[in-house]
Amino acid sequence: MRITKLKKDNLFPFLEIISEEADLWVPVKKEDKHVFKVVDDFSEIEMNSTRTILPPRKIFLPPNFNMFSVSEKGYKEDFSHVTKKILFGVHPCDIHGLIILDNFNKQAYLDSYYLEARKNTLILGLSCWPDEYCFAKSSNTHVIEEGYDLFFTNLEDFFLVWIGSSQGDDLIRLKPELFDEELKNKDIQTYINWQAERNNAYKWNINFAALPDLMELKYKDPLWERLGDACLACGSCSNVCPTCNCYNIMDKQCLGGKDGKIMRHWDACTLKEYSEVAGGENFREKRADRLKLWYTHKLQAYISKYGKPSCVGCGRCIATCPVDINVRTVGKALIGEEVDAFWARINKEVTK
Amino acid sequence: MNGENKQLTKTNPFMPETARIVRTYHLTEDVKFFQVRIVEMDKALSFKYRPGQFAMISVLGAGEAPFSISSTPSRPGLLEFCIRKAGTVTNALFRMKENDLVGFRGPYGNGFPLEKMKDKDILITVGGLGVAPLRSVLLYCLDNRDQFRRVSLLHGAKRPAEMIFREEFFALKQREDLECHLAVDEDDTGTWTENIGVVTTLFLKLKEIDIANTFALICGPPVMYKFVIKELVKLNIPKDQILMTLERRMKCGVGKCGHCAIDYVYTCLDGPVFTYWDVIHMRELI
Repeated sequence: MRITKLKKDNLFPFLEIISEEADLWVPVKKEDKHVFKVVDDFSEIEMNSTRTILPPRKIFLPPNFNMFSVSEKGYKEDFSHVTKKILFGVHPCDIHGLIILDNFNKQAYLDSYYLEARKNTLILGLSCWPDEYCFAKSSNTHVIEEGYDLFFTNLEDFFLVWIGSSQGDDLIRLKPELFDEELKNKDIQTYINWQAERNNAYKWNINFAALPDLMELKYKDPLWERLGDACLACGSCSNVCPTCNCYNIMDKQCLGGKDGKIMRHWDACTLKEYSEVAGGENFREKRADRLKLWYTHKLQAYISKYGKPSCVGCGRCIATCPVDINVRTVGKALIGEEVDAFWARINKEVTK
Repeated sequence: MNGENKQLTKTNPFMPETARIVRTYHLTEDVKFFQVRIVEMDKALSFKYRPGQFAMISVLGAGEAPFSISSTPSRPGLLEFCIRKAGTVTNALFRMKENDLVGFRGPYGNGFPLEKMKDKDILITVGGLGVAPLRSVLLYCLDNRDQFRRVSLLHGAKRPAEMIFREEFFALKQREDLECHLAVDEDDTGTWTENIGVVTTLFLKLKEIDIANTFALICGPPVMYKFVIKELVKLNIPKDQILMTLERRMKCGVGKCGHCAIDYVYTCLDGPVFTYWDVIHMRELI
């Protein structure tokens, strides 16, 4: 792989140039959290951001978009959500999330709405530092070797820039004089030290390898009913999860006419109506059953198919769930660790 | 950044074809029969599917929903559906008349494993609207009668007026190469000449079954599966030769929207036809 160096002072000039090529989305602060946003002033960029509230998928597959415009003449495809975008500041775990979504949307049938938008989005990764929620090291998604066009490792006074694609290389060629091809031994040592320190900074871990069997063995365990009692079925875990893909399709008709739109919007399997069919039959009326489906998909199904979980350890479910049901607490409850404190807390929430 | 914007995906899997309703009439009070044809003649004639597959039908403004195909691919050109009035899309469909246009895409799903079923006995058990997908396979077997051995049909409905394709099945009873048993839970007409009782009572009517060489096909309301499977297991029919087709909510039909997920399979891709072994193996199916 081609690797180059960028002095920190040269970052904004570089972003300035590439922002002329496409909409540039960057991580910025929003109250005490972070979001991706297009900004005029690069000083707003949060180089040390933690996870953004919503995963990067929101940028190329918006929560709501039009698939077809409909008139008496028939259906007309609408790909107006597909515009050229550059996404800067994507952490390794989120790039892994995108690779999972890429694979999913390419299997069996090609989802053109996803793939077209994805193809027009360049990914500029950025290294991060774990906080108390991160567990990407457990899922081996704390490092990334593919899925990006450029990746910036944030070291002392410079970035190590890993060039992952021909389009990434094209970006560098817009102003090559900003970069320094010559890596010194000192730079490499800086990287080695940084990597060792970062690997030690993960505060907790979970044994993902144990979970598929436990999902199977504990499928009828009362823990699911107790989790179901506590779950608010709000769907937040799905909204923030970088590997959730479910959506609903709704027709929107204009008043007084035949014209309309066919809209696609994010959905969540934890919502009550998710599995309801016409006539009112609901295959997953119980919250416990819906949670089981969510966790089967995250902790079991993908592992049996691809050898790794479809959880990338970003910690968003931990940061988001109002009642503390997340991969950490559910995973630990399945394994049998930290269970008492968790149930004490859950029971307190429920009985409050 | 490259200026090119070549479309990566040549076809949009969500884009419907236009299809015309060529015939529609009531089968029962709340179930209607629809015969549709893809407007483009070439596409209509070359449309390939297998019994047990389904299609997405859409009505502008109302939405799109999955429907089992009730016709048989051995009679190409026209596609048939029997549809119960149950939600927004079906209500809109019920208001439509002959010559009206609908959106159509498919076929989707796995369908029945016809290759495996060849030269075997076929035992079909249906309840209520479950006849929709299984009529396809029944007609296919009858159209290719030499490819299958014994073919039997057990069909149950609540009341005579609710038996879908009643006349068609009464006519089929005349065939000597089909064993056809009909039952209603209760006869409120006083004129019913066939069996009275739930569909499982019809198993007593069957002649001896060659268990190793029988494929048993089931479709009906969720409550029916448990009882019918019990009978079939009692008969010792191998679990992977008990086939059932399942209903789930679907928004895309192409394995993306997630609604039809069962455990880790998608009904629209890996189903809707599953074996009883799948049911035992995978949890949540029925």
